[in-house]
Amino acid sequence: MVQDSYIALFKENEALFQQNLPAWRQQVRSVAMQKLTQHELTFAAAYALDYGLNPARLPFKGDPFGLFMCDIPGITTYNYLVFNDSFYAQPNMPELPSGVIICSLAHAFVHYPSLLEPYIRQYSVDSSDVAFNQLLAQDGMFLYVPDGVQMERPIQLVNLMYGASDMMAVSHNVAIIGENAKAQVLVCDHAYGNQVNYLSNRFTQVFVGKNATYEHYKLESSSAKTTNISTLHISQEADSQVLSNLITLANGKTHNHVEAHLNGKGAYLSLNGLGLGCQKERIENHTFIHHNVAGATSNELFKYVLDDEAEGDFYGLINVLQDAQQTKAYQTNRNLCLSDAARMFTRPQLEIYADDVTCNHGATVGQLDENALFYMRSRGIDPQEARMLLMFAFVHDVLDNVRIEPLKDRLQLLIERRLRGDNTHCNGCKICR
Amino acid sequence: MLEIVNLHAEVNGKEILRGINLSVKAGEVHAIMGPNGSGKSMLSAVLAGHPAFTVTQGSVTFNGKDLLAMPAEERSRAGLFLSFQYPVEIPGVSMVNFMRAAVNEHRKYKGQDPLSAGEFLKMMRAKKDIVELDNKLANRSVNEGFSGGEKKRNEIFQMAMLEPCLSILDETDSGLDIDALRIVASGVNQLKTPQNASIVITHYQRLLDYIVPDIVHILYKGRIVKTAGRELVAVLEEQGYDWIKKEVGE
Ligand SMILES: Nc1ncnc2c1ncn2[C@@H]1O[C@H](COP(=O)(O)OP(=O)(O)O)[C@@H](O)[C@H]1O
Ligand SMILES: [Mg+2]
Repeated sequence: MVQDSYIALFKENEALFQQNLPAWRQQVRSVAMQKLTQHELTFAAAYALDYGLNPARLPFKGDPFGLFMCDIPGITTYNYLVFNDSFYAQPNMPELPSGVIICSLAHAFVHYPSLLEPYIRQYSVDSSDVAFNQLLAQDGMFLYVPDGVQMERPIQLVNLMYGASDMMAVSHNVAIIGENAKAQVLVCDHAYGNQVNYLSNRFTQVFVGKNATYEHYKLESSSAKTTNISTLHISQEADSQVLSNLITLANGKTHNHVEAHLNGKGAYLSLNGLGLGCQKERIENHTFIHHNVAGATSNELFKYVLDDEAEGDFYGLINVLQDAQQTKAYQTNRNLCLSDAARMFTRPQLEIYADDVTCNHGATVGQLDENALFYMRSRGIDPQEARMLLMFAFVHDVLDNVRIEPLKDRLQLLIERRLRGDNTHCNGCKICR
Repeated sequence: MLEIVNLHAEVNGKEILRGINLSVKAGEVHAIMGPNGSGKSMLSAVLAGHPAFTVTQGSVTFNGKDLLAMPAEERSRAGLFLSFQYPVEIPGVSMVNFMRAAVNEHRKYKGQDPLSAGEFLKMMRAKKDIVELDNKLANRSVNEGFSGGEKKRNEIFQMAMLEPCLSILDETDSGLDIDALRIVASGVNQLKTPQNASIVITHYQRLLDYIVPDIVHILYKGRIVKTAGRELVAVLEEQGYDWIKKEVGE
C-alpha cells in the first residue's frame, strides 16, 4: 500500500513532526496513522511518486510574495500564502480588527493551544485523505474571529505549489468564527509552471458559531500535472449562515470533499460549485450535508461544463437524522457535456430518517439546446458565440452566489475566457501570465 | 428577390416538401395558407437553414445568391428573417445580450462598427415601441416566461431591430387576441418598404385583414397547389380547404 512508505517516513522523522505540538494534537497523529491504511487514498496512484517532503521546515530562500501577486481589480483583502506547505503573511498589511488572529497554524499550536483544543478534540479523523493530512501536516492558516467581530475585508489565502521537481504539500487550516461574527475567506489554489508533478492534500476545518456568517470561496486554477485533494469540514451552530463556492477553472485532478454539519436550529448552508473541464482534467466534488438537528436549511447547487475528454464526478449526500424535523434541503446538479468523450458521473443521495422534512434533489446531464442554438443563429449570431452565450447562461446562477463584487466580476471574466477556450488562466497574477 | 425552384426536402427520411416553386419580388406581400401538416413551417425552416431538414432537390436564390449554400447565420445577415411559429426560450441569456450580439453581427457583415452600449440601448428603446413591448424586456431572458402574445411581439421586435429584406412570418397570429393581433400587424406594416418583402404564413383570414397580401398561395401536402390574388382568402374562409382536396383529386 502506498500509505506504508509515508508511515515509514513519519516514523523516521517523528520527532520533527511532533515537535512543539500539544499532546492532544500529537494524539491525533497516532489516530491518523491507524486510520490511514484502512481505506484507499483518493487518487492513490498520485502518491506513488517520490516527492520532496519538508519535515525539517527548511525555509524558502527568497520572497514567496515576489512570486505571486493576485490582482483581482478592486479587491482589498488580507493576504496570506501557504507556499507549498508553509504559511506566510504578506508584510505591511493593515491591522486586523481587534481580537482577530490570523497566523501560522504551527505558531497557533504553540501560542493559542487553548483556543484550538476544544475544536481539535471534538472531531474524528474519518477518511484516509484526512488521515494522511493529519499524520503529516505541519502548518497552514489559523483564523480566529472573536464573538461579535464582523470582518468587512475578505481574507485571501493562496495555496501555491512551487517546485523545480515533483513536489507534495500537506497543509491544515483551522477557522474559528465566534458567535455573531462574520468572515469571508477566498482560497486560491495555484501551481507554478506546468512541467513538474504536484500533489497537494489540504484539510480545512471551519467552526461557525451561533448567528455567525461565514463565506468560503475556493478557486482553483492550477496545472494539468497537479493533483489536488481538498477536504473542507464545516460545522455550524444555531442561526449561522454559511455560503461556500468551490470553483474549478483549470486543474489536473481535483477532489473536493465537503462535510457540513448543521448542528443548530436555524442554521443555513448554501453550498455551491462549478467545474469547467477540458482536455483530460478530472473534477470531483463529493459533498456530505448532515442535518443533525431540527430546523436547519441547506441549499446545494453544483454545475459542470465538460469538454474534450474531461471527467466530472459529483456525489452529494444529504443525511437527515431522525430528530432533524422541519429540515429543508435542496440539491441540484446540472451538467453539460460538450463532446462525446466527456464523461459525467453524478450520484445524488438522500438519506432521510425524519418524517417532517422538505427535501428535493435533481441531476441532469445534457448537451447545449440545439433549438436555442438555431434560434440564435437564425438571428445572425455566430455558432461559436451562440454556444458561448448558452454556456455562460448555464453557469451564471453559480455566480449569483458570489457576494464579493470584485471577485464576481473577475470570475465572470475568467469563466468567459475559459469557456472561449483560452488556456491562459487568471493572468492578473504573475503565476498565470 | 427570392426564387424557389422545385424544392424538395425531407426530415428523418420522410419527404415533406415535394417540389415547391415560388417567386417573391421586392415590395410584395405573399400569403401562404394551407391545412395543418402541409409543410408550411418546414418550408420556412428550410429557408432559414434549420439543420434538421435535408434538401434533396431544387434551388433557392436570394438576391442573386445561392441561399441553400449559406449557413443559417449568414442567411440572417444577408437579410432573411424568420418569425418562429414557436419562439425558443433561452433561460439565462438576456434579451439585451442576445440582440446586441445579433445586431453587431449584422453590422459587421455590412462593414460597420459595432454600436456602443448607449447607442444600442437607444435603438432598442425606439424599436420596442413599434410593438408596444414594455421596458423591462431588455433584462429578461429571451422569451423566458413571456406570454404567447409577448413572444410573438418579441419576434416582430427582433425583425424591427434587424431590418430584414425578406421576412417570413410563420403563424405569427396564432394564439393572439385581437388587440395583440392589431399590434403585431401594425408593427409589420410599419416595417414595410418598397424594398423589402414578406411571406405571411397563416391558416386564418384574420391576420390577412390587417396585413393585406398581394399574392396568396395554398400549400398542400408539400406542394403549392393554387396561387391567386387576395380574393382567394375570402374563398378559403368561406369554403375551408375541402374543395382544394377535391381539386387535386382526392
Ligand atoms: N422535426 C420533425 N421530425 C419529423 N417530422 C416532422 C418534423 N417537423 C415537421 N414534421 C412533419 O412534417 C409535416 C409538415 O409539418 P409542418 O411544416 O409543421 O406543417 P404546417 O406548418 O403546415 O402545419 C408534418 O407531417 C409533420 O409531422
Ligand atoms: Mg406550422
